[in-house]
Amino acid sequence: MIDFGGWDMPVQYPAGTIEEHLRTRTHAGLFDVSHMGEIDVRGPDAVAFINLITSNDVSKLVEGQAQYSTLTTPQGTVIDDLLVYRLAADHLLLVVNASTTDKDWEWIKSHHAGESVDLKNVSADYCQLALQGPDAQSILQKLTAEPLEEIKYYHFKSGAVDGVEAMISRTGYTGEDGFEVYAAADRAEQLWNKILDAGNSGSESGVLPCGLAARNTLRLEAGMALYGNDIDETTTLLEANLGWICKLDKGEFIGREALARQKQDGVKRKLVGFEVTDRGIARDGQEVVVNGERVGKVTSGSPAPFLKKNIGLAYVPIEYANVGQQLQIDVRGRLVDAQIVKTPFYKRPK
Amino acid sequence: MANVPEDLHYSKDHEWVRVDGDQAIIGITDYAQNSLGDVVYVELPKANDEFAANEAFGSVESVKAVSEVFTPVAGVVVKINEALADEPEVVNSDPYGNGWMIRLKMSNPGEVDSLLTAAEYEDFTKAESE
Repeated sequence: MIDFGGWDMPVQYPAGTIEEHLRTRTHAGLFDVSHMGEIDVRGPDAVAFINLITSNDVSKLVEGQAQYSTLTTPQGTVIDDLLVYRLAADHLLLVVNASTTDKDWEWIKSHHAGESVDLKNVSADYCQLALQGPDAQSILQKLTAEPLEEIKYYHFKSGAVDGVEAMISRTGYTGEDGFEVYAAADRAEQLWNKILDAGNSGSESGVLPCGLAARNTLRLEAGMALYGNDIDETTTLLEANLGWICKLDKGEFIGREALARQKQDGVKRKLVGFEVTDRGIARDGQEVVVNGERVGKVTSGSPAPFLKKNIGLAYVPIEYANVGQQLQIDVRGRLVDAQIVKTPFYKRPK
Repeated sequence: MANVPEDLHYSKDHEWVRVDGDQAIIGITDYAQNSLGDVVYVELPKANDEFAANEAFGSVESVKAVSEVFTPVAGVVVKINEALADEPEVVNSDPYGNGWMIRLKMSNPGEVDSLLTAAEYEDFTKAESE
């Protein structure tokens, strides 16, 4: 167990990180991500207000749809990445990172001026369980009457799971199909146990409980950014390849001007994916070397259990950011060869 | 409960030493491999490299973390376990056998007497995990 933003969380369960990772890719993994923060936004100006402080276009959301977005600074850097759920025309739910919940909450409140919205930090009210993997739908279907095949990617439905009122969202952080189930905090244990039972946990092809370490390796293989590592208040959306959630033409939002300028001028550095071609494992914080010059830093580095490669994400100057570019990583004093590759590193078979 | 063979010597850094004449075979303990989790990479020195007692001679990496490994006794590397390059997971499955790491010619064989006995090491790990 480790302290993670004030939460005691397991790094891994007895099966171990590699097995948890592989099982999620081949069958299913269950993650208790109740530490994530939830902010409830309700009122006639909910969409307009959130559109002003986030980078994606909230007005494009329909009821029952979710979107990946960021809270941005005036410089176009990232305060947090989040999911925006549209529950109704005047009702949104923001799901934010645990370690940034307090900061986000203060930031959001500080930008609330005359808009007619009620803001509530409801993080403590919710549990969130993520059931991920190719078997996720068939397992969860045993516990709910809602026709899950009708829920499209990045959409959700309200319904009962094992008799518990829940929000069932087809989203995740693993690169697999799967669901994130939000329910009242005091139902976490019941849902956790029921999902494990429904997924034949304990059998060789059953669902495995997964810890933080597998969550990290799965998201990295899938090329997803981790807040605090790959994106933060020093990295802009465009540098982080998050241009696709940066809707410059949607109207005014915090950071729009800076991002529009950066888009016009071009970014000077970029987040790239690399594969270690030598022996050795790149780790967070290690330096990237090109032609003997220290040019950047690894923001996430790890073995990739499914791909059986050592991979990572790093910021490098734009002139070295092309696929195929040779890099070296300073692994505790030893220069290890690596090469820029396309991301995501892993794409699930359709 | 971690396995602690009677016939080995132990360090507080969780390495074991098996004495073979004036040579020492060194690896990490069952307790250590269990706390590390799946070992995915082992970095070892080269033959003829020389180490002082308690000096780091290599590292063991799990998915999540890197840990240095220290030689409890001084000496010159006679042989390394090259099989670990391709099968690092043997450190988990057989830490006291095929998971051995290096064989040293000891500079001062008397040093092993200052190491922990199996019983002492067992008490040490119990205290540490409390």
